[in-house]
Amino acid sequence: MITLTDRPFDATEKLAAFTARAGGAGAIISFTGLVRPMSKSGPVSNLFLEAYSPMTENGIRAAHDDAIRRWPLEAAEIVHRIGDMSPGDAIVFVATASTHRRAAFEAADFLMDYLKTDAVFWKKETRANGDEVWIEPRNEDYTDRARWDQTTG
Amino acid sequence: MSTSPRILYFGKLTDLTGKSEETEAPPSSIADTTSLRQWIDNIYDGGGALLDATIRIAVDNEIVAEPAPIVGAAEIAFMPPVGGG
Repeated sequence: MITLTDRPFDATEKLAAFTARAGGAGAIISFTGLVRPMSKSGPVSNLFLEAYSPMTENGIRAAHDDAIRRWPLEAAEIVHRIGDMSPGDAIVFVATASTHRRAAFEAADFLMDYLKTDAVFWKKETRANGDEVWIEPRNEDYTDRARWDQTTG
Repeated sequence: MSTSPRILYFGKLTDLTGKSEETEAPPSSIADTTSLRQWIDNIYDGGGALLDATIRIAVDNEIVAEPAPIVGAAEIAFMPPVGGG
């Protein structure tokens, strides 16, 4: 299940709903990413995320389907904010459910690596001093993602 | 008579163009992505910013290998490197 939303969401509620949906699973992993209050250059007052529909959704759906193929999952869910966000807001929620824990851990990690590098988003930080800066992925994000190129799951 | 495609700008390109959607219709002589890039770069005095290979072009929501024809396209997007979420 994939959701892009320009409204704040409550990760606790998402996890409760996912847990109800994933009945029969033996392991549920969830990850919530928050808008960081500090960047390398100082305090952040706003984060803006731009998507290109339906390319953004199609790409996330392909990563979701890839995860379902690689790991024996009962369910997987991705929720992503777009638009303007404040520090501390949940920006991304990923949850995976499987019979045993490892598949759920690995699939959630895989989905996050996709979302941090290849997902079709453009991201702009507004600094406390009013400067606006477009952000590109860190090299570390690409290295993280490349781990999945060598493994078959 | 074919209608002009919608031309969209994303990310840092919107800082250059000042808009997310082009309001000018490209001349009918512009038939591929190479001439489209040049035409837009000239409009905004981009100094080659629109010609940069890191800017990918999507025609009707699919990233294309360039140069690609744009005749008959409904929507063309100029996409700087994606930043992830």
